[in-house]
Amino acid sequence: MAKITFITTDESSITLEATSGSVMELAVQNNVAGIDGDCGGVCSCATCHVHVDPAHLDKTGDASEIEKDMLELDDNANEYSRLCCQLEVSDQLDGVILRVAQ
Amino acid sequence: MSDKSSLDQTCIIIGASHAGVNLAFSLRKEGWQGEIKLFDADPILPYHRPPLSKAYLTSDDEIDKNALKSAESYDKENINLNLGVSVTKIDAESEQITLSDNTVHGYDKLVIATGARPLIPPITGIETATHLYPLRTALDVSNIRKAFNQSKQKRVVIIGGGYIGLETAASLKKLGAKVTVLEREDRILARVTAPEMSAFFAKLHADNDVDVFTGKNVTQIQNCQNENTIICADGSSYQADIIIVGVGIRVNTELAADAGIELENGIKVDETTATSAANIYAIGDCSYHYNPHYDRFIRLESVQNAVDQAKTAAAAINGKQVKYDTLPWFWSDQHDVKLQMVGLSQGYNQIVVRQELDAENKFSVWYFDNDTLLSVDAVNNAKAYVLGTKFIKSSSKLDKAKLADANVELKPANLIQD
Repeated sequence: MAKITFITTDESSITLEATSGSVMELAVQNNVAGIDGDCGGVCSCATCHVHVDPAHLDKTGDASEIEKDMLELDDNANEYSRLCCQLEVSDQLDGVILRVAQ
Repeated sequence: MSDKSSLDQTCIIIGASHAGVNLAFSLRKEGWQGEIKLFDADPILPYHRPPLSKAYLTSDDEIDKNALKSAESYDKENINLNLGVSVTKIDAESEQITLSDNTVHGYDKLVIATGARPLIPPITGIETATHLYPLRTALDVSNIRKAFNQSKQKRVVIIGGGYIGLETAASLKKLGAKVTVLEREDRILARVTAPEMSAFFAKLHADNDVDVFTGKNVTQIQNCQNENTIICADGSSYQADIIIVGVGIRVNTELAADAGIELENGIKVDETTATSAANIYAIGDCSYHYNPHYDRFIRLESVQNAVDQAKTAAAAINGKQVKYDTLPWFWSDQHDVKLQMVGLSQGYNQIVVRQELDAENKFSVWYFDNDTLLSVDAVNNAKAYVLGTKFIKSSSKLDKAKLADANVELKPANLIQD
């Protein structure tokens, strides 16, 4: 079980609990604004972009090569960027704060 | 809005797949306060279609796991989702639609997002075939899975070597089927890619023990005691326990045609997705629309187009100034290969193939019309896909010799000519 907090672009915060699946799926299921997941979670569309809280990078680990490449499509990407379809829900993510990218 | 606020208006959407569902939610985002009624004949909560031939086919997942939006999301946004009901008529004059249950619903705005249906070719004896399926809906996949699980020999013949056919071939191979693909043209993916890409995918499937045969025009299917024999024009024949038909689609334009809406290779729309009839829009696979970048009318079968046109239509319906102007992109997953495509290659007169040095199956095909980059097919190479997207959008002129040289790192500064 992991508690995951999303902060949307209007600064509202939503904390969700999950045990499995991807973080993108969790966000879409719960209508987190700004997480679309148009490609269904295969790292093809870059519509699930989040910035990991800088203090929580140890929870998420680094982006994969394909993820880093895809993030270059987005001008708002930085070193804290992840495509959250590539983040699997696990205990390790518990407490993570993710800021939905502009 | 002109004379009344959206609060008192009704928007009806025919078709609840990627285009229709995204439109419903985008309408709310854009400020539509009135009623939204969404209709689809498919009784299942709207779902992602691309995984049907890919990951979903090989999994045991319930279709709910692939839902576009949760059931609660529709309630929360006050979207009236009506599934398992079909629309039988659009009356553009009186601005109302009729359903299969004979009820009549009036609209202020109507959006046609009816998509397409699989083409079942008129092959002699096709109606006698057992376990013959197209692959477009969750029900199709459920039928295929069921037939597959019950089949002892699991001999699958796929008619059509396009993306649907090849993805399905890879997925069923993964499940342990004996798979044969029969393509009518002299190469697979002939309609959509360069010969180099066709050759790569032909080898990929061969390496994965999928039999791909080209130049195979299927002329007859015989069924004898529940055993299918598929006969080609060249006299060859193939036994099949399951047949998958993936030879293309027919656009669902009948409702629009009956309503007198202008058609041309689909439902013709302007840059705001409006049709020739007042207050009626068309989006997604069924729309024949103008693409400013390529300066021509096109019809696309893609998630990108469905989602982006939904956003344009939502803005237009809410009275905003908007023009549809996007670069098409697509993807396909087959075996362990990820193909990403951006742009439209039609009209190319030269290609540049770039084979990366760090992995065998990592390359990209760049399609040019003289010096203009039209499109990129990137195999296991997201970087090429992303850069291609940027180059096409900015109409960059590229140094083709450097592009073809894998020793030159793939980055804009190395490739863009002054």
